[in-house]
Amino acid sequence: MDIMVIILSGIPLLIGSFLCISGSIGILRFPDFYTRIHAVGVTDTLGTGLILLSLMLLSTDFLVIAKLVIILLLTLLTSPTTSHVLAKAAMYNGVKPVLKQS
Amino acid sequence: MLIAATLAIFIAMLLAIIRGIAGPTLYDRILAVNMFGTKTVLLISLLGFLMGRPEFLDIAIVYALINFISVIGILRYSDKNEFKHHKELDKEP
Repeated sequence: MDIMVIILSGIPLLIGSFLCISGSIGILRFPDFYTRIHAVGVTDTLGTGLILLSLMLLSTDFLVIAKLVIILLLTLLTSPTTSHVLAKAAMYNGVKPVLKQS
Repeated sequence: MLIAATLAIFIAMLLAIIRGIAGPTLYDRILAVNMFGTKTVLLISLLGFLMGRPEFLDIAIVYALINFISVIGILRYSDKNEFKHHKELDKEP
């Protein structure tokens, strides 16, 4: 029973850590602001969700699981909103996307 | 397993802060700071589980709210058209 919980919580933890690292490599290496928004916005939501899901599987207290659900809902609500507002503000204030690499 | 995830989040925060220092435009820096804040929420939760004190999750909730509101506030004041609008309002009467 115990080893089962460790395995089931370890798989989302490792996948979420991989997604966090790949998102931060993407923010360093992409050539453009909008592609960087894509890297951060896509990998951030899923990585955070998977890591919080594995912490939920790891804990036994009801209050801790409720707080983790609150953090997960807050992140799922605020992360796409922030990406959208950032892209809109950058578009209106004259940040041009790189259309063709020559 | 928890220690490996904590180290991965530390590496992600380091790369994000490099982009925040070297970013060419203002919006790159804001994006890097937003990512840094999200990773900080995860780091606080993981450290709480690692030290056996799940009371750290309260701090993580507050940090998520502060992160969202600070990014929205900075973007509100980075808008050029907003200031132009206020100048036009000052000229009219």
